[in-house]
Amino acid sequence: MKKKILEVKNLKTSFFTHLGEVQAVRGVSFELNEGDILGIVGESGSGKSVTSLSIMNLIEHPGKIKEGEVLFYGKNYNEEIYSKIDLENPSEEDLKNIKLYGPIDLSKLSNSEMTEYRGNELAMIFQDPMTSLNPVYSIKNQMMEVIRRHTDMNKEEALERAKELLSMVGIPDPKGQINDYPHQFSGGMRQRALIATAISCNPRLLIADEPTTALDVTIQAQILELLKDLQSKTEMSIILITHDLGVIAEVSTHVVVMYGGMMMEKGTVEDIFYNPQHPYTQGLYRSIPKSTAKTKERLIPIEGSPPDLMAPPPGCPFSPRCPNAMKICLEEAAPLFKISDTHTSACWLMAEDAPVVKGFKKTKGAK
Amino acid sequence: MGNYYIKRVISAFITILIIASLTFFLLQLIPGGPFTRERQLPAAIEERLNERYNLDKPVIVQYGIYMKGLLTFDLGLSYRILGTSVNELIAKGFPTSAIIGGLATLLIIIVGVPIGIISALKQNSTVDYIVMFAATIGVTVPSFVIATVIIYFFAGQLGWIPTFGNSKPLWWIGPTIAVSGYSISFVSRLPRSSMLEVLRQDYVRTARANGISEYKVIFKHAFKNALIPVITYVGPMIAAIMTGSFVVERIFALPGMGGYFVESVTNRDYTVTIGMTVFYSVFYIIMVMFVDIAYSFIDPRIKMDS
Repeated sequence: MKKKILEVKNLKTSFFTHLGEVQAVRGVSFELNEGDILGIVGESGSGKSVTSLSIMNLIEHPGKIKEGEVLFYGKNYNEEIYSKIDLENPSEEDLKNIKLYGPIDLSKLSNSEMTEYRGNELAMIFQDPMTSLNPVYSIKNQMMEVIRRHTDMNKEEALERAKELLSMVGIPDPKGQINDYPHQFSGGMRQRALIATAISCNPRLLIADEPTTALDVTIQAQILELLKDLQSKTEMSIILITHDLGVIAEVSTHVVVMYGGMMMEKGTVEDIFYNPQHPYTQGLYRSIPKSTAKTKERLIPIEGSPPDLMAPPPGCPFSPRCPNAMKICLEEAAPLFKISDTHTSACWLMAEDAPVVKGFKKTKGAK
Repeated sequence: MGNYYIKRVISAFITILIIASLTFFLLQLIPGGPFTRERQLPAAIEERLNERYNLDKPVIVQYGIYMKGLLTFDLGLSYRILGTSVNELIAKGFPTSAIIGGLATLLIIIVGVPIGIISALKQNSTVDYIVMFAATIGVTVPSFVIATVIIYFFAGQLGWIPTFGNSKPLWWIGPTIAVSGYSISFVSRLPRSSMLEVLRQDYVRTARANGISEYKVIFKHAFKNALIPVITYVGPMIAAIMTGSFVVERIFALPGMGGYFVESVTNRDYTVTIGMTVFYSVFYIIMVMFVDIAYSFIDPRIKMDS
């Protein structure tokens, strides 16, 4: 069995603005194993970026993680010791061992404690490489700063490591270009430099928040290829946030579909692409242009717009736009129905006593 | 790079010539002359004086004579302060103005910049509100009011400092505060707004995501980027306050440059007015050049060779 890296449990993050509470993430749970590439897909405002920032504990004022746990199984995690602990009824020594060898709840750490993990065991890259590097410091300076922050390397060693990383991410002349300033790099090169910095301390988990959105298509493909390649070399796990199903199909092993701050469907990439069991996921597929389509064939959009997260609908967030919505959908959010060991869907159509709708399979035993 | 500086020096030189010429001709447009008084001088004396100072020659010839002197750094003789050259007046007044101005500059940077950063980091807190309220007052209250208040309380009521003069360092406190009041307030607002903007930038988030400590995020990554507006303002400001404030020098009875400058205008003391203007312009242009050089050190995107 693969080792677990991250376990997000019932995460709720809100932004407390002057106008009221914006419930950006409303109860998200998922797990990530070593080597997995988890794609989180959803439209703007679905809560995917806030989820990733919550994992990094980088939510800024007025945002706050309201509830839930982000359990990280980092370098300190010792399965042998941890599995022996009676979690229901821990002794004093057990409590000490849980602290030392158990998973760490990142959402409970202070900012200064968090800096030990960020850029070290956990790393993150962002959407816009053009603005994500500090324009007034050289690539060398910014990379060495991170390397020396988390390791005991001296200047020469850190410089060597930085050059090695740059050549790993495909910068043609790392020796010369490491002295360059960000403005001398193209967008794609900047994203490569940012990836190099992010993986400099061999993170167990890399979060990539729309890493290719700001790049043109050919560069997008190269960056995705690079991430896949680095993942296979280093065995790190990746969470890839995107609104592009094509990107997910290309690199992910697992997928979480988010809408209105909640999870709609979760499964392996095969589950989600070959057997989508949520009206929202199916709607997303219908709105993708097909290369096999006849001319003038119209795309089928999802009518309506995403919910107002200041006052989210009491039921399923997708119910106002859902072609299959039932009475219960408007009143109560569906639990995650288990379709297979890997595949779950938060749709009432999965319930045993739900009406039969073409394209949906009911799960056994669920009500 | 070297080429750029040569170009800059040449353009600065031309700028100064234009400023001197404009000042010269504008002063000629003002009715009256240096020797026009309420009490009419005897015609013979006025004629002699005009001859002595070349005022009897056509304007264009006077201009030629003046410019010739200017090119050899000779700013001419004062019409009013007899037997004294403008060079001597500057040499006499500038040290006083420069000491007060220099101290004020130090005070502005040492007090204004940290205040701005603190209020940015504590945005919308009580500290921030108090500081920004004080800064607004500082910008709106003119220096003569500050000077008068200082004299009233610290010299008059408390007797800590004298009301005028500059012979002891303690006596410089009053004028320094009066001169720097406006700029401290102004400067403290600059890093506040630029810091607030910079802290929202993506690269600050990147630094945080890479585990850089909050201290370094602020003082390494944000600060350098937030510094540019401060330098833009401080450069020319140094030229302005080191050449003296007429008002503050009057109130504290300091023999600085500001006094000579303003008096020269009311007295039609042409040579002093042009001389002081040229001196100020040279100072200003040098400071602007320093600012440009400082930019290129702070931000590598700004290059000096285009």
